[in-house]
Amino acid sequence: MSEGIHPIASLLAAVARGVTGVQVQWAGCQPDVKQRIYFANHTSHLDFVVMWSALPAEIRALTRPVAAKDYWEETQLRRYLSEKVFKAVLVERGRPAKVKNHDESHFAGRHLMDDLATALGARNSMILFPEGTRGDGNQLGEFRAGIYHLALRRPDVELVPAYLENLNRILPKGEIFMVPMLSLLTFGKPLRVESDEEKDAFLERAREAVSSLRRIGPA
Amino acid sequence: MLQALHDAKLMSLFGGVLFLLIVSSFVGKILKSRSKTGSSRATIDNLNARIGAWWKMCAIFGVSLLVGRTGSLILFGIISFQAMREYMTLVPTRRGDHRTLFWSFFVIMPLQYYLIGTQWYGFFAIMIPVFAFVFVPTRIALSGETDHFLERASKIQFGITICVYCLSYAPALLLLHIPGFEGRDARLLLYLVIIDQMSDVLQYVWGKLIGRRKIAWRVSPNKTWEGFVGGVLTATALGTALWWATPFTPLQSAGLSFTICILGFCGGLVMSAVKRDIGIKDFGVVIEGHGGVLDRIDSLCFAAPIFFHLVRYFFVP
Repeated sequence: MSEGIHPIASLLAAVARGVTGVQVQWAGCQPDVKQRIYFANHTSHLDFVVMWSALPAEIRALTRPVAAKDYWEETQLRRYLSEKVFKAVLVERGRPAKVKNHDESHFAGRHLMDDLATALGARNSMILFPEGTRGDGNQLGEFRAGIYHLALRRPDVELVPAYLENLNRILPKGEIFMVPMLSLLTFGKPLRVESDEEKDAFLERAREAVSSLRRIGPA
Repeated sequence: MLQALHDAKLMSLFGGVLFLLIVSSFVGKILKSRSKTGSSRATIDNLNARIGAWWKMCAIFGVSLLVGRTGSLILFGIISFQAMREYMTLVPTRRGDHRTLFWSFFVIMPLQYYLIGTQWYGFFAIMIPVFAFVFVPTRIALSGETDHFLERASKIQFGITICVYCLSYAPALLLLHIPGFEGRDARLLLYLVIIDQMSDVLQYVWGKLIGRRKIAWRVSPNKTWEGFVGGVLTATALGTALWWATPFTPLQSAGLSFTICILGFCGGLVMSAVKRDIGIKDFGVVIEGHGGVLDRIDSLCFAAPIFFHLVRYFFVP
């Protein structure tokens, strides 16, 4: 990934900050350029750009979103935004689960992890939404397994949970108009996969780590 | 533009405010260096934070008055926007309210201030209580989500009324044509804001000094009868003493500033009850750094419309 931030990315980040009035709290760790995977709840198209804008510029330049290939390659505009502007790592969602053959599924999963591990490289960080799709903001969905496999593959990378609050009320799924409510973003304490921790146990723990950062609470 | 600079009495009012701010900043500094115990420390920090906020308010307000009517309209428009933002963020709304909220922020609110700008009294006074009142529940019903319908419609309507309609009466003072007072309406707005804010702070100070009997401790533990009486009386005295800047006689000025003080108290009390209902202490606590506008203007929201209508009824032929 080339250095420097695309000007449109900076512009969108500034607009997102203004519209959402996001108030950022580093509750469990401090901003750092070390390699990290930031993972959060997903309720709005604003999620990534708000979270990205909340990072200091030098970290931002090294941080890429992980996004769904099927969605972000669908139109010219989306492709431009994901490839050129935000340099997203596009992944095929649900592919390993979709193929019937066990070996093939295993292969697809490995392939995906290869892509993500390559994208992390030696310096980059990532923003990931492990629910895989946008929810309604009331309930945190199940986490997909990708984050677990990636964590095993790259144990040196810190996993930082985060909670984005109120963005689903600013720009919910299926809506094109934004309502300028105020939002909160809280970064929690980094996690790692414990030795011989099972996949499901880890995913549940990661999910818990995200939902525990909620500040206002359900309406 | 800048015609306000030639209004000597307006400048005197401003000078008075500046003098007060300088004195209170000094007092704040001295109190801070003297305070020993933890609890008095917290009170003094709170006081100093308020003084800091007033400096900012005074600066912004001063600039907007210099720019004239448009400046004040833009300023109050921004305050309404921010206040409604805080309110709607903390009041639970649902997915089905989204478009209604969009209309509230981007159509109803700008329209209200635009109407005041065009001096169309007959429409600006009824736009929200009549037209928006019909529109809001209709738009929510069209969303098809009926859970808690009455609650949602009422909460949104209440928010628009407090944050936009009531507050917009403050800059609307600039369009009153009081005989012999043409071109000096900026003083009236400043008069309202000074008395309203001074009544707030004097009630707070008197309450801290001698307050013992709570008025409604469940709603607002800081409001005491001693603070209320002391604050209202001193702020009314101040308002009476400022009669020279207004079209009122000293007695009229006393009556009006007393009304402003009482209504300011009511506004603060009602918004405290709203905060208790939502389950927060201050609008500014949950959303630090952004919050707090609604906490500062709650008294003005109640005082401004009634002050406007009293002045309009008794002083505008």
